[in-house]
Amino acid sequence: MATRVGAPVVEAREQEGEVRLQGLTRRFGEVVALQDVALRIAPREVVAVVGPSGCGKSTLLELVCGLQAPDAGTVDAGRAVLMPQRDLLLPWLDARDNAALPLRLAGVPKADARARAHALLAELGLDGFEAARTWELSGGMRQRVAVARTLLSGAPILCLDEPFGALDAITRADAQTWLSAILHRTPRTVLLVTHDVEEAAVLADRVLVLSPRPGRIVADLAVGLPRAATGRDPTDPRVVAVRARALEALRGVMA
Amino acid sequence: MLAALVVLVLLGGWEAYARLGSIDDFILPAPDQVAASLWDDRGLLWDNLLVTAQEVVLGLALALAAGALLALALHRFGPLRRAVYPLLVGTQAIPIVTIAPLLAAWFGYGLLPKLVIVALVCFFPIVVTTLDGLAAVDPEQHKLLRSLGASRAQTFRWVEAPAALPAALSGAKIAVAVGGIAAVFAEYAGSEKGLGHLLLQSIPQLETARAWAAVTVLAALAICCFALLALAERRLAPWAHRKDPDA
Repeated sequence: MATRVGAPVVEAREQEGEVRLQGLTRRFGEVVALQDVALRIAPREVVAVVGPSGCGKSTLLELVCGLQAPDAGTVDAGRAVLMPQRDLLLPWLDARDNAALPLRLAGVPKADARARAHALLAELGLDGFEAARTWELSGGMRQRVAVARTLLSGAPILCLDEPFGALDAITRADAQTWLSAILHRTPRTVLLVTHDVEEAAVLADRVLVLSPRPGRIVADLAVGLPRAATGRDPTDPRVVAVRARALEALRGVMA
Repeated sequence: MLAALVVLVLLGGWEAYARLGSIDDFILPAPDQVAASLWDDRGLLWDNLLVTAQEVVLGLALALAAGALLALALHRFGPLRRAVYPLLVGTQAIPIVTIAPLLAAWFGYGLLPKLVIVALVCFFPIVVTTLDGLAAVDPEQHKLLRSLGASRAQTFRWVEAPAALPAALSGAKIAVAVGGIAAVFAEYAGSEKGLGHLLLQSIPQLETARAWAAVTVLAALAICCFALLALAERRLAPWAHRKDPDA
């Protein structure tokens, strides 16, 4: 434990936030999940990945996080941490200790880790819930705790796998707002897998569209809109236009 | 409280049968005679209960420690699991109580052979449930921990050990019921005290009511141990009784 040092939450060194993928191919037996994926993500860029189910989106994230090794090509990225679709909170820990888990794993003393987790949970609107057991939290609250856990890992790159996919529409819109706010205050490189093109248009700087298996990047749309502190307004005509472009590209690959 | 009603009905039926039928007291004493013996022999029963309770509790503790350790080793090392697990299941076909005299010959008439018998009997359900608990950890959870940079030991401390705890206690709850029986057989094989010893002594002396009183105390001991384990489970692993969408 002493070999790792608790990384600061906010400052990640610039170049560490960069992701470079070259000629990336991943096979599972006969199935080619990803084929020849090349991608460069600048530090602090938020990139949404959309595509039909089974097109290798989750595989892409796991490759970036180093949880899988590619069959061909290279992954060159700083420390990336995965936030799986399900929150995977540990029921034996309360909200604060769940959020503090990466700090404890990095050897940060208990009191210090808890204080930092508490502060971040409060920032995410969970003040007063820090000692709540996981089963006492709503789906939206659990997702906040999971995001806090991901942020406290201190990794410069966050790989979010459909983080709000299981939430209802209102809770999801709310989640997009606080995620935007937290990324506004402490920018990170984000790779966001989503099945919701609106979510992509609201949160991302770029939208990548993947083809059905074998997954390839078939469109790389620059959103070209400034990021808003609370997320872009989904009814903003420019956001609607981005959404329409992404949807069109997605329809193109599905056909 | 339905359980209390069932017990009352059964006791009533037994009382009526023993009284109205012409059955000798030493063949089947009526519940009130057993109750009388419970009171009259309370000193004797209490002294012997302490001996048997010690055997059951220490034997169970031994089984928990050894069972959890073995489950951990089997979980950690796949080849070991494949090599040893079938053998372990096979050993359960050995009626362990029949080797009790052998253990008495090896370890004498003291506490040790009883502990070994109780632990051997209690060991298996604990290994099985603990192993299941360890294996039931969501693979996604392992992925998450790896992504956060957790070492093997850290994964054990934060995820696997807490997941295995309620499972091991469940195994202990199953084991404690047979643990009492194991202690009685161990005492049969050679001892100077304990409820099993008292039982063995009372029957040839035609003190049937006392034998039944000893059985009643044994049952009470099993219920107490079970309740204590259930309480421990609730205290130590409150999450195990919660419906948690992700656990």
